[in-house]
Amino acid sequence: MIPGAKRWLVIAVILIAIISAFSKQFNSYYLSIAIDVGINIILAVSLNLIMGHTGQFSLGHAGFMAVGSYTAASFTIACTKHVPESAAPFLLLGGLILGGLLAALCGLAVGVPTLRLRGDYLAIVTLGFGEIIRVVFQNMEAVGAASGLSGIPNHTNFFWAWSTAAIAAYAIAALVNSTYGRGFIAVHDDEIAASAMGINPTRYKVTAFVVGAFFAGVAGALYAHHKQTINPTGFDFMKSFEIVVMVILGGMGRTVGVIIAAILLTILPEMLRAVADYRMIIYSLLIIIIMMARPQGLFTLRSNKGANT
Amino acid sequence: MTDQLQQLINGLALGSIYALIALGYTMVYGVLRFINFAHGDVFMLGAFAGYFLAEPVAKVIPPQSYLGGIVVLMLAMLICALLGVVIEFLAYRPLRKRPKLTVLITAIGVSLFIEYTCQHKKVFGASPRVFPELIPNTTWELGGLVIGSAQVIVLVTTILLMIALTFIVQRTKIGTAMRAVAFNPQAAALMGVNVNHVISFTFGLGSALAAAAGILFAMNYASIDPLMGVQTGLKAFVAAVLGGIGNLPGAALGGLLLGVVETFAGGMKGISNYRDAIAFGILILILMFRPSGLLGKQQTEKV
Amino acid sequence: MKLARLIYANSLFCLLAALLVGCGQGTGGGSGAGGGTGSSSSGSNSGGEIKVGEFASLTGKEATFGISSHEGTLLAVEEINAAGGILGKQVKLITEDTQSKPGESATVVNKLIARDSVIAVLGEVASSRSMEAAPICQKNKIPMISPSSTNPKVTESGDYVFRVCFIDPFQGTVMANFATSTLKAKKVAIFTDAKSDYSKGLAKFFKEKYLANGGTISSELDYNGGDKDFKAQLTTIRGGSPDAVFVPGYYTDVALICIQAKQLGLNVPLLGGDGWESEKLTEIGKDSVEGHYFSTHYHPEVGTEISKKFLENYKKRFNGKIPDALAANGYDSMLMLADGIKRAGGTDSAKLRDALAATKDLTLVTGVITINQQRDADKSAVILQIKNGGYKFLESIKP
Repeated sequence: MIPGAKRWLVIAVILIAIISAFSKQFNSYYLSIAIDVGINIILAVSLNLIMGHTGQFSLGHAGFMAVGSYTAASFTIACTKHVPESAAPFLLLGGLILGGLLAALCGLAVGVPTLRLRGDYLAIVTLGFGEIIRVVFQNMEAVGAASGLSGIPNHTNFFWAWSTAAIAAYAIAALVNSTYGRGFIAVHDDEIAASAMGINPTRYKVTAFVVGAFFAGVAGALYAHHKQTINPTGFDFMKSFEIVVMVILGGMGRTVGVIIAAILLTILPEMLRAVADYRMIIYSLLIIIIMMARPQGLFTLRSNKGANT
Repeated sequence: MTDQLQQLINGLALGSIYALIALGYTMVYGVLRFINFAHGDVFMLGAFAGYFLAEPVAKVIPPQSYLGGIVVLMLAMLICALLGVVIEFLAYRPLRKRPKLTVLITAIGVSLFIEYTCQHKKVFGASPRVFPELIPNTTWELGGLVIGSAQVIVLVTTILLMIALTFIVQRTKIGTAMRAVAFNPQAAALMGVNVNHVISFTFGLGSALAAAAGILFAMNYASIDPLMGVQTGLKAFVAAVLGGIGNLPGAALGGLLLGVVETFAGGMKGISNYRDAIAFGILILILMFRPSGLLGKQQTEKV
Repeated sequence: MKLARLIYANSLFCLLAALLVGCGQGTGGGSGAGGGTGSSSSGSNSGGEIKVGEFASLTGKEATFGISSHEGTLLAVEEINAAGGILGKQVKLITEDTQSKPGESATVVNKLIARDSVIAVLGEVASSRSMEAAPICQKNKIPMISPSSTNPKVTESGDYVFRVCFIDPFQGTVMANFATSTLKAKKVAIFTDAKSDYSKGLAKFFKEKYLANGGTISSELDYNGGDKDFKAQLTTIRGGSPDAVFVPGYYTDVALICIQAKQLGLNVPLLGGDGWESEKLTEIGKDSVEGHYFSTHYHPEVGTEISKKFLENYKKRFNGKIPDALAANGYDSMLMLADGIKRAGGTDSAKLRDALAATKDLTLVTGVITINQQRDADKSAVILQIKNGGYKFLESIKP
């Protein structure tokens, strides 16, 4: 099945390439939202690996995103002067990888000490880590402290955002569906049984955090080069909540659902601009209503795995 | 030295507010095993209830008297208790059998709904309001140490409420039912406990506590606004987890500890800008050594 | 099998995205119809109206500031329209909410420019959010005027970005000089909002100047905007026994800081910037704010003809609410734009930019302004003291 899946990935990337070739003609507002959607898909899919597949409730995803954002932005700002304009895509690529790696390192730093914790305790500790990362950036003069980092070159375009999203979704799905990756689901379903079967829950949990954080960092890097200005307050716990809502609304562990939820939750507030004052009230009401109507997740096509609660 | 003592007093005063809110979090969690993220917003609504009640009450009972203050407090607690029951009935009950994370999202939804609705210009509006002085506010000075009467009231109320709660949970019939539901809802139902009633009661009680905390908070800090519950609610939640969520004395201890830590970190030159990071850092350290919080029971794995 | 389905969905959302992007090519149909006050007409500014975009924090943490600024702008638009508009055309203000959230401003300004085809953008109180919008306005060559963003970096984005307020270095210097020469303070403590670039920026410039003036800093401490308890920091500040405390923050926090400083017996003058100016400061702080000083744009009572009129009309329009500095700046941003359009003789973006850059000795509510080389407003600041629940005018400082 893998070759077939890869074929789909290729087709997806080609499609994205074709759309991006014409992107100059699109309305820049819709284009910018489309890029937001792409970035949010990466965030949601990567958190889904931690929360959905491995069952580790994490509230610190925005922290990883911040690390990627700041790293990549500092990298491109520092390098832009020294390289020709035509090298911009390579610069962005470098930023993405660098941001991802540093975020992954933070994922490791969060993952290892928190192994003993579960459920709400884990949630609060990841939230704490996220907030610590934010506070650190808020006080770092080198990256603008409270006023944030501005003047980041605008390198993220539709192609970059969506092909990275496709790659992230593919990579995570491939990881989970590989022989190795069934362990994530085993850890999620029953840790003790899993370890009795010779699966090392610790290793899986840390892997989930590292891989999830890597892609969150990549998303952050794309975000920085899309918005051109980043500010520590943009990576607070409310941002983490937003991503958590996407994952749960999409149906934990169901990649397709999570992707659609990410799309929907990004577009929804924009569509609600028509109702002005009442926009966020209606938005929050809709979240409640959707949760009531589809508690198993918005787009659960069919149960992805056996166990369902 | 005086400054250090003063910081301790400041920390205990701040901590007792966290503790008061944390009590509500922890109680709901203890029975339902789910974090009611809207708790901080009920706290805010409690303060606003007090704000709107102060004037009509002042017509009957002379303003700035302890009696008037208590009446306002009681009424606001009653209103919020009803509100808590309604929220539970409308938003959480339909999802009772669902995974806890599903309910958590609904709770976040409810929380956002309350915040945005209250920020709307036709409801409370976004700008802060001045909270009326319910009881006369005095400040005592003891050899350079300053203690406000509101601070003392908060500390005393927190302790009284904690004792009262412990009494309710441990000694009364409904408390026994609460513990039974917390232990095993199905078994409790089979034993003739009306689980729905118990859960409604828990929510009512938790929300009443939030309202009390809201009013005491507003008395202490003079101004109220629709987002006042966000940051404070988060801190209280941290306090509840720190003490061992589900554990009443734990919540009080966690709150006081967090308040003191925050105050000492905030008052230190050079690191005051890292205050929140330090508070969270200590939380993480404690949880690494005691994964179920300070007073939480170490749960054995359910197989 | 599942993987295949997954990848299938991958391409499905590509299509979805294509659809989404494609919407933009239509005549403004597609998702959602118009924003704020707007309709979905797709034409330019032909139909006898001038579309002006505004982005403000109408909800979220900084809503109270964003709403003030928005009300000022709204009042200006209504008055201009009642007086027959600009060059015979009515002004249509399209307002979008940024939710006080980073990331939103970029999206919103893109919408205002690309979908609503506004001819100029007014906005944001917070510098960080103005900085997010500025490159987009610059790229699209749409003039942008920030009402109250005082960070110097805001207008560095390009020659299409302006502001009607003074900048942090000026205000910081003014207060530093005031502390040294008028208050004769030898030792000052600085208490800033770690989350706010406004507060941090002002403190930085204050400190530089104050140290250059020969003063010493007894202690520097931080709080987080939205905090309610400041006793920890204030106790430490008290321990350093300063002659004055510089608290560049917003009135919501400052009022509580004043109350708690008084409770702790920290009886030295507190100094601040334009973020202090609001009736809420004295309303919340009551007698605790008495005697403190702050710098701001204008003095509402001894003001000019135009500022008296503004005060009166604002109160009438918004149920007796007294305008704060942010509202006045919001009002001024629209007046400056209107003046620019009149002098440019139309809304052509390049001409409008040049006209705005050439703004000279324009009388606004907050004073007489001239746009300088950096596209910042040169205007004087006033220092006020809070006395008997009102403000006492002390001095006016020219740039």
